[in-house]
Amino acid sequence: MLAFLVQRISQAILVMFVISVIAFAIQDGLGDPLQQMVGMSVSEEERDAIRDEMGLNDPLVVQYLRFAGNAVQGDLGISYFYGKPTLDVILEHLPATLELAIGASLIILFFSVPIGVYAAIRPQALLSKFFMGVSTVGISIPVFLTAIVLIQLFSIGVTVDMFPADTGWGQNLNSALSTEGGLPSYGRGDELTHLFGTWHSGFFSQGGLLHLILPAISLASIMLPLFIRLIRAEMMEVLQSDYVRYARAKGLQPGRINFLHALKNTMLPVITVGGVQIGTMVAYTILTETVFQWPGVGLMFLEAITRSDIPLIVAYLMVVGLIFVITNTIVDLIYGLVNPTVKLTGKKA
Amino acid sequence: MALLEVKDLDVRFAVRGGDLTALRGISFSLDKGERLGLVGESGAGKSVAAFSILNLIARPGYIAGGQILFEGKDLAAMSERELRKIRGNRIAMIFQDPMMTLNPVLSIGTQMVEAIKAHRRISTKDARAIALSKLNKVQIPSPEKRLDQYPHELSGGMRQRVIIAIALLLDPEIIIADEPTTALDVTIQAEIMALLLELCEQDNVALMLITHDLGVVSQVTQRMLVMYSGRIIEQGSTREIINDAQHPYTQGLINALPQMGEPGERLFQIPGSMPSLKNVPTGCPFHPRCKFATEQCKRTMPEYVRSGNVDVACYEVSNLIEQEKHMQESEQ
Amino acid sequence: MTTATISRWDRFRDSFLWYSFKRDKIAIVSFLVLVLMVAAAVFAPLLAPTDPYDLAQINIMNSELPPVGMSGADAAFPLGTDAQGRDMLSTILYGTRVSLLIGFGAVVLQAVLGILFGLLAGYLGGRVDSILMRIADVQLSFSTLMVAIIVGAVFKASFGNLMFGEIAIYMLIFIIGVAEWPQIARTVRASVLAEKKKEYVDAAKVMGFGTRRIMFRHILPNTLSPIFVIATVQIANAIISEAALSFLGLGMPETQPSLGSLIKSGFDYIQSGSWWITLIPGLVLVVLVLVINLLGDWLRDVMNPRLYKG
Repeated sequence: MLAFLVQRISQAILVMFVISVIAFAIQDGLGDPLQQMVGMSVSEEERDAIRDEMGLNDPLVVQYLRFAGNAVQGDLGISYFYGKPTLDVILEHLPATLELAIGASLIILFFSVPIGVYAAIRPQALLSKFFMGVSTVGISIPVFLTAIVLIQLFSIGVTVDMFPADTGWGQNLNSALSTEGGLPSYGRGDELTHLFGTWHSGFFSQGGLLHLILPAISLASIMLPLFIRLIRAEMMEVLQSDYVRYARAKGLQPGRINFLHALKNTMLPVITVGGVQIGTMVAYTILTETVFQWPGVGLMFLEAITRSDIPLIVAYLMVVGLIFVITNTIVDLIYGLVNPTVKLTGKKA
Repeated sequence: MALLEVKDLDVRFAVRGGDLTALRGISFSLDKGERLGLVGESGAGKSVAAFSILNLIARPGYIAGGQILFEGKDLAAMSERELRKIRGNRIAMIFQDPMMTLNPVLSIGTQMVEAIKAHRRISTKDARAIALSKLNKVQIPSPEKRLDQYPHELSGGMRQRVIIAIALLLDPEIIIADEPTTALDVTIQAEIMALLLELCEQDNVALMLITHDLGVVSQVTQRMLVMYSGRIIEQGSTREIINDAQHPYTQGLINALPQMGEPGERLFQIPGSMPSLKNVPTGCPFHPRCKFATEQCKRTMPEYVRSGNVDVACYEVSNLIEQEKHMQESEQ
Repeated sequence: MTTATISRWDRFRDSFLWYSFKRDKIAIVSFLVLVLMVAAAVFAPLLAPTDPYDLAQINIMNSELPPVGMSGADAAFPLGTDAQGRDMLSTILYGTRVSLLIGFGAVVLQAVLGILFGLLAGYLGGRVDSILMRIADVQLSFSTLMVAIIVGAVFKASFGNLMFGEIAIYMLIFIIGVAEWPQIARTVRASVLAEKKKEYVDAAKVMGFGTRRIMFRHILPNTLSPIFVIATVQIANAIISEAALSFLGLGMPETQPSLGSLIKSGFDYIQSGSWWITLIPGLVLVVLVLVINLLGDWLRDVMNPRLYKG
């Protein structure tokens, strides 16, 4: 257990070090804090004096160490635009993104496992073929496009009047193809519940949940096909294995074979891939939040880019990097718990 | 009535562009407590035959014809639900590679208890007690500890002992063992085989042993089948076949054993190799490699003829028997 | 010379690839659609009714006209017009051209980087291997799109909007190429590791060939089919990445739009009911990516040696 933890944590620290170097390089290369702080009227000598005072003329290593030291203490600089510590700005926006990610993850979890398993157990069934076809198409639709289509269908609404309205079937077709619309497609609404600190949650009110529906479905739509395909492929391979055939030879019920013997082995690689996909999910939150003007860190980051708010960009990188590293480490630990061949229980073999 | 009687079994593989025949007209029987060997090169259909008995052939394989009578009931015609009651309960299996057979993410105890509970209404505690007694029986060191261990914590030999214990859990009538020692270290092979033999004798369990090792067959079994290209070409008393094989292929197999030659002499080899399922020759499938092959062998598959306690499918052998008969008749 | 080409054609016609292509309706349809779209993109200047880059041909009075079949449509603009009065058919043809160009360009760059690093890591092993693969791991765990967004953001911040717009095509090829190289490098490395064990490599070593010659002349040709499969899928990924970057405003400017920037500029008008400005380029993008993905799936099934038998 200890060796496993030490290995994982040292790896995490190494990755954080690389991220901080990159973040520092961006700050050093792009941000000239002087230009933001003082006007053009200041003379070159005065500028140099201020530079000296701020330590901008120190060797890079010294500057990096100061940067990293501040970062460890939670000081990631002041946002140009908001005029307050970047970490505070991020913490204000983070709950929105987390709730979006949680909503999408629940959708993914709820649908990918049953559909993937079903498609693996009955590969020839019509329903399986339908699911796999939909997943192939789904993987080819960019997340922002899904979001736009969802907005058109369920927020704006579609009125179809192609078919003759004076016939019964025409009317039926028209109304069957038309959609009502009306779901919110902008922001999180104003029915948020204050939980603690900067966390205002949309989970506890009808308005909050309604606002979450379209963004969460959009975000889930891009990862769901991926997981369905992955679970199906892994499960089909596991079903071919000797130990599944042996389980049948023991006369076990198909339910126990599929959902214990096969599924537990299927989920091992799925957990690993899931860990990697957390990174992808963060990237997709930027896109989803842009479409729905969802006030999370993704939208904040994009606005920071257009405003050239370098400290906020750098702080976002550091925080997102930290989230990646922590979630990946947790995923590794879960993997270790599920997979007995990874020793971390500390029990002697 | 034999405990298990296989009649005219055909197994095919459904592949693109038509079926491939994996087993053709397989017939044999197994009595209570009898030990039967099934030998042949890899690809001869031994494993397919073993797995088809409990209808566990992997897709796209399927039973295309014939009967598998267990206590008079046809397993080939049974539903999955009925078959499940027999699998692991009345007929148990031992697979080839103990590294692949046990589920890596479930503890030994779980995998033993579930096998009992699939067939008996019994508490987990009692099931564990049965599991423990069987682990004791296969002479595994510190059996209590094994129940909570995972497969990867056990050596190959120990795992195969666990698998033998699982086979014995419900006191089956038949154990089908598919090359149970091939994947093990040579030093452990004899140990495991001796254990299996001892336990089968003790409980009067019938054993169907699939192997390519003629030495093992001669030590363990009373009767044997020789398979070639999906057919049984010779079957009968193990002692008679080993001492005086009739079929040219069986003779070749026995002559290829190292101890048959003189030290320093080149080992005997049967020329050529077994045909793949995709192009099985007409007539007797062995004829392209057989030095006695005639036009007749190329055209039709020979019928079985009886020689002593052995049935052989070979024209050469039947011709010899005919000649002997003629000579005896003419002498009289 | 002609005999050589004929025999090569004959060999292709006898190959398993051609045999399974003929039998797979989805592959045939996908291939035809892709060829059609590539041809339309390549010949966009000849096919497009108007030149969307030429301001003189645009009339703001024609803005937001719906596609043919809806009330208020103008037959001169079969797919309608956008908010600036540009002909949608023309902008889509040119946009497809830009998207495909970036997609192919980025995959060529990825392939060069991926093959080079994959060969080095696989063949040399040891420290080179562990460093390169660790970089690849970290980059992949960050997700390629995330890396592309960050690099794009840095570029945009350092070049400024105007300058970025001018060199956007090259920037996007660079960003996506650099962000996605680990995918190909890993594949190459895996097949190099498998190939390295084979006897012909030992034979080449015994014959005294140099490392570089063995890597490129002996091992590389044997790893081409997995590279080919993954490169196909990567084109689709690159096109999606480009569209995502453009949608975020980190990609092609609206003056020289790709499909992604067309979707972005149309999105502002969706609330006012002009759905076609964003959804028609969106549909074209999906069809383009879908047919490439379907061909990729088919290639993987056909070329995967594990599935080859049977």
